[in-house]
Amino acid sequence: MGGLGGGGPVSGRERRWRGMDRLDSRNRPPRSLLVALVLASVSLITLDFHSSADSPVEPARRVMGEAFGPIQTATATVVRPFTSIPSWLRSRDSLSEEIRDLEAENSELKSKVATAGLDQNRLEEFDGLTQAAESLGQALVPARVVAYGSSQSFSNTVTIDAGSNAGLGPDMTVINNDGLVGRVLRVTRSTATVLLITDTESIVGGRVGSSLEIGFVHGNGSLADDELDLKLVDGSVIPAKHDTVVTWGSSQGPYQPGVPVGRVTDVYTSLRESSQRAVVVPFVNFSALDVVGVMVPSGTASDRAVIEADGALR
Amino acid sequence: MNQPSSRVRPFIAVAAVALALVLQASVFPHVAWHGIVPNLCLLVVVGAALTINAPAAMVLGFVAGVALDLAPPADHVAGRWALALTVVAFLAARVRQDVKPTAAAVVGTVAAASFIGTSIFALTGLVLGDSASVPDLLEVIAVAVLWDVLLTPLVLPPLMALFGRLDPQLAAA
Repeated sequence: MGGLGGGGPVSGRERRWRGMDRLDSRNRPPRSLLVALVLASVSLITLDFHSSADSPVEPARRVMGEAFGPIQTATATVVRPFTSIPSWLRSRDSLSEEIRDLEAENSELKSKVATAGLDQNRLEEFDGLTQAAESLGQALVPARVVAYGSSQSFSNTVTIDAGSNAGLGPDMTVINNDGLVGRVLRVTRSTATVLLITDTESIVGGRVGSSLEIGFVHGNGSLADDELDLKLVDGSVIPAKHDTVVTWGSSQGPYQPGVPVGRVTDVYTSLRESSQRAVVVPFVNFSALDVVGVMVPSGTASDRAVIEADGALR
Repeated sequence: MNQPSSRVRPFIAVAAVALALVLQASVFPHVAWHGIVPNLCLLVVVGAALTINAPAAMVLGFVAGVALDLAPPADHVAGRWALALTVVAFLAARVRQDVKPTAAAVVGTVAAASFIGTSIFALTGLVLGDSASVPDLLEVIAVAVLWDVLLTPLVLPPLMALFGRLDPQLAAA
């Protein structure tokens, strides 16, 4: 904010000039200031672009986060009761429509139960291989989304209302009850910034449920619908439609293993790259994110109740 | 001219930017279309450029841009919104006449400013290698301009009245 401190004397000087040539008082913006500010912006871009991890801009981001985090949390708390109003004011039509949808879903689930034996086998095999047991050593810190990055910035990030005081740190996995949401980029004391898996910069190591093939799930930042791209490491394997993709993960890396990501809906063969590209629809509805959980090592000290792996609250 | 008010002025301007930033990140996403929200910071900068003197408005544009670049959910390369909003402030101050702008002129300025600002941000992204597709960029720019124009009648009159009181001599011109 030091920049505007310099604005005081400048505005004072400008006023005196105006006083002198009152007759020709067109308020012309000075080109020299434009050049100076544009150069300042460009040097800021250069500073931040060439050293992304240990950027000199990072401390400034942290300071802004410490300042704006609590305000965003408070604002979200004030706004929350109003955003839930539409769900109270539902008409009979929308309720009967919901009953129709639920009946359809019910019959779909019934047919799934009929084929559950096959899925059960797949699941057991898969669980053993991804060492899902390791993820049992994880506890969940609950948090709520308090701010969303705008699409004008072409990045898919949100702020959540838990930070280093709650035991969070960079690269932790963020999930909700549908599946993988993203990972923590940076934390302040009371908030954390989360990179959603739909962001173009997000790459998640994924594993296809039925074949156990590994690949990489890229966010494509598309606006209209949440879709992810899956590229398999082995180009000769064709992922099957409706296969579930889970994280491949590592206990040290950003994504914990075995978290469901989404379902394969379409498969394209790229002749030029001689590889398979599959479209994955994520389980999480990113336009309606609210309560999320951050996976932290079991026993982490936190300023709030932590959900342990066995479901107990601590 | 009394000294305390001139010392308080930058703080009021920065407070307006901070309020815009919080509303933009925490309130408007609930009514956003595909995540595109009205760019309130840009509206504050345009309101300032149409009211207070040009150098102060340009510095405010730069500060608002840096704030948009650094405030929590943002994760793009810092300096991109700073560049966009500085240019927006310069151009808006440039087109401003000495007479009080008409409603149509304000709406036109906001539409142009929104188009130019969002475009500059998108173009810097292309230069720096962001992999957003050009049709997506155009869609975002179009919706952003529409949002900003829709909010102009609600946001710009109180903003310009506020900045006019901060800088009475210039607002009277």
